[in-house]
Amino acid sequence: MAFRVITMKSGAMMATARYLTRRNMTHGGSCCGNHHHHHPPFERKKQQSCSRSLSGFWRFNSTKASAVDVYSSDEDVTNTNHHQGLDFPGGHVSYTHSLNFISKSSTQNRVPCYRVLDDNGVVIRSSSGDLESQLQQQPLISQQTALKIYREMVRLQVMDTIFYEAQRQGRLSFYLTSTGEEAISVASAAALSSDDVVMPQYREPGVLLWRGFSLREFADQCFGNKDDYGKGRQMPIHYGSNKLNYFTVSSPLAFEEACMTQLLLCLNSYLQGDFHAGLNFAAVTESPVVFVCRNNGWAISTNVSEQFRSDGIVVKGQAYGIDSIRVDGNDALAVYNSIRAARQMAVNQGKPVLVEFLTYRVGHHSTSDDSTKYRPMDEIEHWKVTRNPVSRFRKWVEGNGWWNEDEESELRSATRKQLLQAIQAAERTEKPFLEEMFTDVYDETPSNLREQQEQLREIIKRHPKDYPSDIPV
Amino acid sequence: KKTSLVVVRSDGSLNLNTGSSAGARRLDQLVTNAVAVSASLLSTSSTSLAVLIHELLLYEALREGLEEEMDRDNRVCVMGEDVGHYGGSYKVTRGLADKFGDLRVLDTPIAENAFTGMGIGAAMTGLRPIVEGMNMGFLLLAFNQISNNCGMLHYTSGGQFTIPIVIRGPGGVGRQLGAEHSQRLESYFQSIPGIQMVACSTPYNAKGLMKAAIRSENPVILFEHVLLYNLKERIPDEEYICNLEEAEMVRPGEHITILTYSRMRYHVMQAAKTLVNKGYDPEVIDIRSLKPFDLHTIGNSVKKTHRVLIVEECMRTGGIGASLTAAINENFIDYLDAPIVCLSSQDVPTPYAGTLEEFTIVQPAQIVTAVEQLCQ
Repeated sequence: MAFRVITMKSGAMMATARYLTRRNMTHGGSCCGNHHHHHPPFERKKQQSCSRSLSGFWRFNSTKASAVDVYSSDEDVTNTNHHQGLDFPGGHVSYTHSLNFISKSSTQNRVPCYRVLDDNGVVIRSSSGDLESQLQQQPLISQQTALKIYREMVRLQVMDTIFYEAQRQGRLSFYLTSTGEEAISVASAAALSSDDVVMPQYREPGVLLWRGFSLREFADQCFGNKDDYGKGRQMPIHYGSNKLNYFTVSSPLAFEEACMTQLLLCLNSYLQGDFHAGLNFAAVTESPVVFVCRNNGWAISTNVSEQFRSDGIVVKGQAYGIDSIRVDGNDALAVYNSIRAARQMAVNQGKPVLVEFLTYRVGHHSTSDDSTKYRPMDEIEHWKVTRNPVSRFRKWVEGNGWWNEDEESELRSATRKQLLQAIQAAERTEKPFLEEMFTDVYDETPSNLREQQEQLREIIKRHPKDYPSDIPV
Repeated sequence: KKTSLVVVRSDGSLNLNTGSSAGARRLDQLVTNAVAVSASLLSTSSTSLAVLIHELLLYEALREGLEEEMDRDNRVCVMGEDVGHYGGSYKVTRGLADKFGDLRVLDTPIAENAFTGMGIGAAMTGLRPIVEGMNMGFLLLAFNQISNNCGMLHYTSGGQFTIPIVIRGPGGVGRQLGAEHSQRLESYFQSIPGIQMVACSTPYNAKGLMKAAIRSENPVILFEHVLLYNLKERIPDEEYICNLEEAEMVRPGEHITILTYSRMRYHVMQAAKTLVNKGYDPEVIDIRSLKPFDLHTIGNSVKKTHRVLIVEECMRTGGIGASLTAAINENFIDYLDAPIVCLSSQDVPTPYAGTLEEFTIVQPAQIVTAVEQLCQ
């Protein structure tokens, strides 16, 4: 079939295209080496240099499997064999005469993990000593940004403690902490821009904190009062803010298979089918998406060894044709650097990137869980005390002379006070009106729902003692 | 450039969106009846009619609606399996990838849950996607996305995110497609709060409903039928949309109200011919809007005829007919002279053998018998 190449309309079509245009305006735009350069669809007519697929229709540029020689067995790669090969759909493959199975990803030689700070909060000097790797290790972060990251991590810690206590006191029905994983959500958000749409799982309120969600707004959602942006319709911790480009948390895992805009996806649900389809499709469509995986060792009570047998998640990225990296998730600087680099890759090269953060879920899965039932207390203590991301970053920040004990206690007590006030205020605030039960199901409330609303009002009026008295009817 | 928009009401009356007198004059000549009119009837009307209408097949009407909306709004896009350069398994998107590009008419991998989720996410961030299921049955794999996200996210986000998505595809019993490819998903989806469901049955309402669905701010599921894609009809050149929540009066009558939708409409009309010969006067309504039901039109009809027969393709248990029976009983019990009769398929998976498959579908003879019994 012959395809006419139609130049796209200049009106930006996909949010990607719009976003990329803004970003690409400052980019040099060179088509170099093996990297195919991504252009927004409506600019395709300008770039004649990038190759078109031989079959004639302009699909995404990388339809050919790139040359990967990892799997050639040692005794087999002679010069003559190397040039022989066959063309199959998908590209050229060379022959081998030996019946060798590629061994599964090794649990002995695991993909190494990128970190910047050691456990004592000191920047690790590269042992090779050359300038380039020295520079790579230099945390490129301003004092202002570093302090803001640290402050938000502390506030997240305090928020988690207070809300958890509130749940235990019966004031909240449910809560879910990010204990042990504070660095991931806060430092990642710091490395993104506020335009970047974040599709969270549920353990990433650090992103919202970074972007300016107030403690009161958190409390409002947890108490489901009339100031809650979700209008009291969701369980606690299901925050969402269109304004801050943070998709509303939706409990079913891996729902985050979404659009082709720039996203930070926080997944822990890498066994769900959508994770695989999403990675795969992002690679095919060359979407500028950053996939983030918090590998914290536990899916409620299921340990990772019962979840998968591959070397974590990072190797799955390679399987789908996605550049991936494994990072120490408890090292705020490593998180910041890696997400910044990943984002740059995604935007400038127009491709998805997978970042696996290794970390540990110190808290229980949620307030409905008691993790001491399935894991030893000393393991939890070890991670809580010696591998704590907040104290580790604190050591670095204090080591630079940017922070001290006084500011620490001041921040913690101020945050605690603000939180207690926020909780009190949120608790006292009215719950949403009855009619909010029926609005937003559709854009306009249809007649059957209005009818049902009236019926409900009638019933409540007739039996006021059987219904909560604090809901304004 | 078309500046006026005609909205065709269910009773055939017309609304014009912009008050242009030229448009108003043209309205008089607009063909609004939905059943394919015989050629002889058309030739007796004024010759200017030939200028205003064109004949096409149902899948072409769907494509026309799709293309017009994609021309009109840059944010409208299509995604699904083989919708791109292949043109769609049922040719609904043929030619659109050439015109609008690979990214706007996007081929997806075989991962319904994932690409439906992708469509929902796209809708949340400002696009207006149309997700095509190659067969409605495959969208069962996307049930989680449709019920938990599509239907709910507008609500649970407190109205912050809207999901103006259209999910469409062919369903219903075809010709020996086997049980998994003969699903009637409208019965499974009807409970999901937050979505709207419509079923098209003619080229005319296919185009009108497609356009209306795309323009709606709510998620809409548009049910097409595998065997109706090659229906031919003359439709107006003038741009028009059909109301998403209205039923269609196919044949006014006095004795009994027959409610139906999609392919069963044609079985009912065939039965109607027989019934008319036998002296009955059935009122046939194509309910079109499966969620919510157009109880206004249906109610008016029930108040007139006092007898209701529902003819559907769904299974007996939990189908659209079952819900419709409940809704009519609840609201119009005082107007009924007889219990509502619902003719539906049996509660069995659709067999592959052609003869057995025929037995699962409500046939015109059954409809005639049911009417005769009801009208005794």
